[in-house]
Amino acid sequence: MTVPPGPPPAPDGRPDRDPASLKVVPVRHPWRWVTGVVILVLTAMLVNTLLFSHVVRGGTREGRFQWGVVGHYLFATPVLKGIVVTLELTVIAMVAGVVIGVLLAVMRLSPSPLLSGSAWIYIWFFRGTPVLVQLFFWYDGIAYLYQHLDLGVPFGTALITFNSNTLITTFVAGALGLSFNEGAYMAEIVRAGIISVDEGQSEAAQSIGLSKTQTMRRIVLPQAMRIIIPPTGNETISMLKTTSLVSTIAVVELFQATQNIATTTYQVVPLLLVASLWYLFFTSILTVGQYYVERYYARGAARQLPPTPFQKLQMAVRHVRPVPVAPLAEAPWVAPHD
Amino acid sequence: MPMVEARKVHKSYGRLEVLKGIDLSVGRGEVLCLIGPSGSGKSTFLRCINHLEKIDGGALSVDGDLVGYRQSGDKLYELKDSEVCAKRAEIGMVFQRFNLFPHMSVLDNVISGPVWVKKAPSGPSKDRARDLLARVGLADKVDSYPNQLSGGQQQRVAIARALAMDPKLMLFDEPTSALDPELVGDVLDVMRDLAHEGMTMIVVTHEMGFAREVGDTVVFMDGGVVVEQGDPTQVLTEPQHVRTQSFLSKVL
Repeated sequence: MTVPPGPPPAPDGRPDRDPASLKVVPVRHPWRWVTGVVILVLTAMLVNTLLFSHVVRGGTREGRFQWGVVGHYLFATPVLKGIVVTLELTVIAMVAGVVIGVLLAVMRLSPSPLLSGSAWIYIWFFRGTPVLVQLFFWYDGIAYLYQHLDLGVPFGTALITFNSNTLITTFVAGALGLSFNEGAYMAEIVRAGIISVDEGQSEAAQSIGLSKTQTMRRIVLPQAMRIIIPPTGNETISMLKTTSLVSTIAVVELFQATQNIATTTYQVVPLLLVASLWYLFFTSILTVGQYYVERYYARGAARQLPPTPFQKLQMAVRHVRPVPVAPLAEAPWVAPHD
Repeated sequence: MPMVEARKVHKSYGRLEVLKGIDLSVGRGEVLCLIGPSGSGKSTFLRCINHLEKIDGGALSVDGDLVGYRQSGDKLYELKDSEVCAKRAEIGMVFQRFNLFPHMSVLDNVISGPVWVKKAPSGPSKDRARDLLARVGLADKVDSYPNQLSGGQQQRVAIARALAMDPKLMLFDEPTSALDPELVGDVLDVMRDLAHEGMTMIVVTHEMGFAREVGDTVVFMDGGVVVEQGDPTQVLTEPQHVRTQSFLSKVL
């Protein structure tokens, strides 16, 4: 037992002793121990069922989750091709969604009722109908409604004519459906970001002569980014998974690729696991990416940028040293920094 | 020709009439201090001068040109956005709440006008910005971000940012009202130097000492009209109007 330095304790322990010299008894947390044990047991059960348990199927005893099958198909060519399609759709839909979203947000904030009204109607329509229905509209509806798509004078002659079926492939229909739907959601996110920026910022920018466009691009949007980035990260992660919906209009993306294999080998669950592992892998990467983008746009908002996980690790390593027993007179409630 | 001339300037927000016919004239190199209770229309008038607010009636001109309009024959043509911007670039404005751009360093704040509006090359603009920051006593803060500075320092950066555009007129909208008392002095010192260099200034302020010492004219506004104006010592020590007297008795 270490005795904190300070005046020597009085032998009798009467309550009028100097509190600075007394030993501190920390609060006990018995329930933390109970919940800790429960979680430990549940974890052990999970690991056991995932890795070590077996089951008899069709007369043969095999691992419950068939990790061997998962490993076999994880890097199969059709799966990798599906991943490419999934990533392409995600990137296209998010880039187009952000562009449409910024445009709609600026339109909605415009003083012109025609601009703000049309943006409102766009958002109302695309947010008000399920994306799955929209996908089928792009896939089936367009070709049914318009056999040819003309480029030319409105109500006049067509200069170029496309056949709808050749122009709108399943991939194009999927990309269009996801992009237009995402635009509606991004519009609201961007609008929230823009109106979160103090009006004084636009006034100051205009007072030094910046045009409205410059004010938006140089002053308002960079500050709005701090509000826009976290939900946009959510949207990107959500989009990566939503792309699996285009499997319903015959686009062979990651999920459909695994399903195609599963229908021939009947190994449904292992191939669901293959798809899940890949989705998890990419959403993890996006999460890390989002952290760094957020950090970048925190410049000027936080007095000091939060450390990156790598810097935290470095600090932790540097700070691992025997903690000296501080005399109580050096108040322990003073923050360690500054 | 006066730098700023206002004739019967009216301004309303909906049914609320904020300015009820302001007549004012500010000569070149003159320092005019606008005082009055809150809601009297001082700030609104100031914002009309650089067209942050549009006037509803009367005429307002800066350096001989109407604010927001171009006269041709017997018609007034509203200026295009780009023309309004060009006019604003000639007028510096300092706000009560500083309004520095928080995502940019102090130096980038100061060069933002020259580089983005005047398309000046960034090298010389930075040199000039460093000089200006040295002038307001912040030579060592060029690389800081606004929220690392005290209010008084931020306001001095804001003044440097306005000066970087070489304005012919400076508007101050209660520049010291958001500051801790001990930081007010530094900002007023910078403004005093500016006045002595001959800058035309319109200052909305509650600093009566500053108005008396630096102002060439003091204008007392109340309820959207100019109640009284004249020599600072005279207006502040021997106000003629009852409303001026009662206002001054509360703030002095």
